[in-house]
Amino acid sequence: MTTLGQLTLYALAALLAIASISLLTALIKSDFNVAYVAAYTSRNLPIAYKISAFYGGQSGSLLFWAVVLSFFAAAAQWLTPKRYAYLMPYVAAVTSVVVLFFVAATIFAANPFERLDFTPVDGRGLNPQLQNPGMVIHPPMLYLGYISITIPFAFAIAALASGRLDIGWLHAIRKWTITSWVFLSIGITLGMWWAYVELGWGGYWAWDPVENASFLPWLTMTAFLHSVMIQEKRGMLKRWNVALISLSFVLSIFGTFITRSGVISSVHSFTQSNVGYFFLVFLVLCIIGVGVLMWRRLSLLETDTHLESALSREASFFFNNLLLVGMAFSILWGTLFPIISELVRGTQVTVGPPFFNQVNIPIGLALLLLTGIGPLIAWRRASPGNLRRQFTIPVAISAATAAVIVGLGMRDVYAVMAIMFAAFVVAGIVQEFWRGAGARHRLHGEHYVLALARLVARNRRRYGGYIVHLGIVMYFVAFTGQAFKTEMEASLKPGEVAELRSPFGHTYTFTHIGVSQYEALNRFVSAASVRVRRDGEQVGILTSEKRQHVDSFKRPTFEPSTEAAIMYTLREDVYMVFAGSVAGTEEAVYRFTINPLVAWVWLGGFTLVLGGIVTLWPGGLPARRGPRRDEEAGYHASFEPAAKNEQQEPEPVGSGSGT
Amino acid sequence: MRAPTKVLLAGVLVSVTVGYLMASGIKETGVYFLTPSELAEKVAADPSFRDVGVKMGASVVPGTIERDVATQTVRFQATDGTQTYPVVYRGLAPDTFTDEADIVVEGRLQPDGTFRATTLLAKCGSRYEAVPEA
Repeated sequence: MTTLGQLTLYALAALLAIASISLLTALIKSDFNVAYVAAYTSRNLPIAYKISAFYGGQSGSLLFWAVVLSFFAAAAQWLTPKRYAYLMPYVAAVTSVVVLFFVAATIFAANPFERLDFTPVDGRGLNPQLQNPGMVIHPPMLYLGYISITIPFAFAIAALASGRLDIGWLHAIRKWTITSWVFLSIGITLGMWWAYVELGWGGYWAWDPVENASFLPWLTMTAFLHSVMIQEKRGMLKRWNVALISLSFVLSIFGTFITRSGVISSVHSFTQSNVGYFFLVFLVLCIIGVGVLMWRRLSLLETDTHLESALSREASFFFNNLLLVGMAFSILWGTLFPIISELVRGTQVTVGPPFFNQVNIPIGLALLLLTGIGPLIAWRRASPGNLRRQFTIPVAISAATAAVIVGLGMRDVYAVMAIMFAAFVVAGIVQEFWRGAGARHRLHGEHYVLALARLVARNRRRYGGYIVHLGIVMYFVAFTGQAFKTEMEASLKPGEVAELRSPFGHTYTFTHIGVSQYEALNRFVSAASVRVRRDGEQVGILTSEKRQHVDSFKRPTFEPSTEAAIMYTLREDVYMVFAGSVAGTEEAVYRFTINPLVAWVWLGGFTLVLGGIVTLWPGGLPARRGPRRDEEAGYHASFEPAAKNEQQEPEPVGSGSGT
Repeated sequence: MRAPTKVLLAGVLVSVTVGYLMASGIKETGVYFLTPSELAEKVAADPSFRDVGVKMGASVVPGTIERDVATQTVRFQATDGTQTYPVVYRGLAPDTFTDEADIVVEGRLQPDGTFRATTLLAKCGSRYEAVPEA
């Protein structure tokens, strides 16, 4: 039955949708009487960017947040199975309060509908660096990630408030958690892509405060995805789980605060405005609220069982959580260090990429190793047999890989460790797929391909998770490449050649062709081109542009912007930036960068999303009742007699479980 | 030893390691972030402060930017209103580096009073939020 409260939430979503459509209409129709439209768009702006201006500016993005959250809030009410009805009134209350906060912020602090007392003939246009296809989808993806964390958080609060702290709320939010994690991952990866393509410094991650702010909730959500499995399986870590999801929510609000307030200077930040303080107050209220609620329910959050062995999956997940949260803490500390040091010592001390790399590379490597161990080790207590059976092949492959790369001449210790661990993780995952498919093949006589497909389909959460792990490994391999980046600057007259050797041993030559100037849709362009040869063979022509954006009266808007030219390959990217011509001649100054393995960041992103989709695909429960489930259990027992404890991930056993 | 104790000990070890990494990281890579006046003050109090690499946040004095594209050198005056330093930077300046930009330079103050920068970050004041037209 639909309650009045639910109807109100649906109405709220509809009303906010109307507000959003109004703003979109103003943007598309270029109604420059609306201050927001005049500030972020111009007549000659392509329509896709007019639409993306909706969330390109401060006040519009707040409205965007409110409308998306109201839809999520409505969807949570609509989609959550009836057996969790006891939580829904509280969920409605929490989500409504958060929507209220954002609506209040748009009304009192940054109103996107504010009108000017005159109508400008043309608008200011969108910042050229935001005029990039990645920028059309990067912010909404990241926002969807941030915003959707509100739903699992609301369920946690509902469970606390109602005192129904059994496993129910965790089952109810499972898909939400994965959904928001996938959106966050897509958002962060697209942000990397945007930085790589648009910012022109040849990298994709600079440990900028705003980048860090998006990474923090991702880390705590990753920890949460793992620790909930321990609670589902063994009834441990109940307090930790409530705290983690609350922390993720608080960090998502904190991220927005960092972006909006200008307390920490960042290339991404919006200019200083009082919206930041709205967020700060809200942040503090949330922390106090969660703290009080948790305190009152502490006795209901007692653990059911205790850890039996240090060699168990529980223990490996415990370390994974510790490291993820430790990483989040170190990044938060480094990001806030200018403020902390100013408060403590009176002088601002900043830390940059060297700090974050120094701290996070070792933690990251340990996490990568655990990514390999976790799926292989048994629950409760790993027997020597389990260890031998599961670890022999992956460890051997990992050692062999290390020997090969050291033999090939790689000496960077971190890079060797990263690739060694990556091989370990991949070998472990392949072994899991191999054995699972093999067992189906033997038991059901299925062809290996069919067996593999059914294996994944029958246990989407487990195998989807493995695919996500593969994606993570690709990111790590890509990060390793950054240790071997090479670059050079050169000033070339037409016909002159620059030469650069890549870490993979290729020799690239760049022959400067010339500089051309022309007018495009909303900009003047001066473009410089080079002919690229790899080991003497021509592989393409790269053109990098300097753009001066103009309004419809040809008056320049914004500072000139640079478009890097990139040649993508799986091994190494050639990244070229045209820095300017010498005194109006055709002599051009370039920076050439050979960027090894960058493509694996984007491939890792695709793989991760694929894994996420497999996990989320509806109807993944092998059998909610009866014979099929027994059959499933049967074949596991038969192919895994050595490790009786190692059960299959239990998908929720229909409606009966936990409630 | 019981399993929870073992894991707890290992956990403490991990936390201490992370803490150590953070502390040493800040000690080794932390950089003072100063305004030109604060830098002048520090150097006046202790001349050896010149050898400490610092970050300086300031604004560009409009009209002082000289670019030499051939040698990739940029010279400009950076100020906070009271103290002004000439800055020399070799490398590609970012697009946002213009007359109205707020800049952050990292480098060392030379004996001759110029600031030799190894990195140059610039942020246009009106970067994302347009100033409403008057």
